[in-house]
Amino acid sequence: MILIENLYKKFGANQVFNGLSLSVPEGKILALIGGSGSGKSVLLKHIAGLIRADRGRIVLDGQDMSSIKSRDLAALRSRLGFLFQGGALFDSMTVLENVAFPLHEKTRLSADVVERRAFEELENVGLSGSEYKYPSQLSGGMSKRAALARALITDPEIMLFDEPTTGLDPVTGLSILRLINLCRRRLSFTGIIVTHEIPRVFDFVDRVALVKDGIVYKESGTKEFLDSEDPLVKAFLGTLSDEEDNGSKEPV
Amino acid sequence: MGIFLFRTVLLIFIPPVKILRALKQLKFIGFQSIVVIVLTGGFTGMVLAFQGFYSLSRFGSEAFLGPMVGLSLIKELGPVISALMVTGRAGSAITAEIGIMRMTEQIDALELMGLNPYRYLMVPNFLAAMISLPLLSAVFDVVGIFGGYLVGGKLLGVGAGTYFGEMASYVAMQDVMEGIYKSFCFGIIIVWVCCFKGFYAGILTGFGAEGVSKATTQAVVMSSVLILVWDYFLTSVMF
Repeated sequence: MILIENLYKKFGANQVFNGLSLSVPEGKILALIGGSGSGKSVLLKHIAGLIRADRGRIVLDGQDMSSIKSRDLAALRSRLGFLFQGGALFDSMTVLENVAFPLHEKTRLSADVVERRAFEELENVGLSGSEYKYPSQLSGGMSKRAALARALITDPEIMLFDEPTTGLDPVTGLSILRLINLCRRRLSFTGIIVTHEIPRVFDFVDRVALVKDGIVYKESGTKEFLDSEDPLVKAFLGTLSDEEDNGSKEPV
Repeated sequence: MGIFLFRTVLLIFIPPVKILRALKQLKFIGFQSIVVIVLTGGFTGMVLAFQGFYSLSRFGSEAFLGPMVGLSLIKELGPVISALMVTGRAGSAITAEIGIMRMTEQIDALELMGLNPYRYLMVPNFLAAMISLPLLSAVFDVVGIFGGYLVGGKLLGVGAGTYFGEMASYVAMQDVMEGIYKSFCFGIIIVWVCCFKGFYAGILTGFGAEGVSKATTQAVVMSSVLILVWDYFLTSVMF
């Protein structure tokens, strides 16, 4: 379970979070949406412990990230997967080496077993035949798939996806979302997807949260979100009529 | 920067050390710098021989050309110039590599795998530099001494026996050790500054390609200045 309570964070004069609270029950996936620069990716980095909050609490599986010891943090992170927006593949390694890397470094499995697992994981994400390519030789979609394979090879219990479809064409974007859904069925992880794929992502998630002005403006199930009459929600869904749009004074 | 150095040095003594990565960096910092060290060492020795012969001949002391070239190279020019060459060739590349890893979230990815970036990125560079700088300095000295002989002996007429004999008489083991201490310290300075500048590239110098470029420039300038400043302090202590 992911629990965020009353989170505050300020970068210089920019107040990113202003008492943000959010929870994701175990085994559920939440889509986090919001305008560009609203702090969605920053929130994922807070959850992963890469950035410390000024105030507030983030609890992952009962462990408070604000007071966690570095040894416990390393153990917690071994149960956490993170798909970075740009993939963050190690560019000096091949795809196979990238995917095998977490197991090589964090487990005592033999090199043969690790390699076999890496091959399997690459097959699962549809990257068979690209094992010995370098990240610079991959397309955007292939990079995302390789990064997903690396994030999933340790069978994480919590997955954080930072804009997994950004920069991809609609067909490839949809294939990535389907792939995430398949992996979710296989691994049953709890997850958060930061995305702009609205409403397409709603077919693959359980709940939706809209972030605005440093707080969760609206959180609900996907159906309730789609049926919402809130002008801001409708603006995000692209269902705002011209009259409503003209009446809305606040920029999205 | 002090905490950064402390953390890295501490991890050198706490296993596991990433041996393969350290060997890879040893090849990059040490082995692949040999050509530039041989070239600069050779020409430095040759220039020293010309200048030394010109000065010494005024006092009728051409016989001391060997000790002059040897001591200058072993105590001073070998460690300093080889360190400056490694800063330009390897130090800048280390900053750029780590800086790009920072910008493209590769360092964040390492942390999220529960791996310590200091152990994975900094320690291998430190070990490689601490081993390779004294060796490169030694190569610089040897090539420089023979370069000096090429000019002094073959062009200016100082005999081989005089050149090397006088050098053996006047160059003591303590002088050699002084050069080794210096190059060891310079190795630490280079990787300390270059790794630090790369690791904090986004925060200290801004993001993107410009941030990495600024970090690399700052790393090279700061390392070079620190090498010369530290050289003064070490020389004054060991004088």
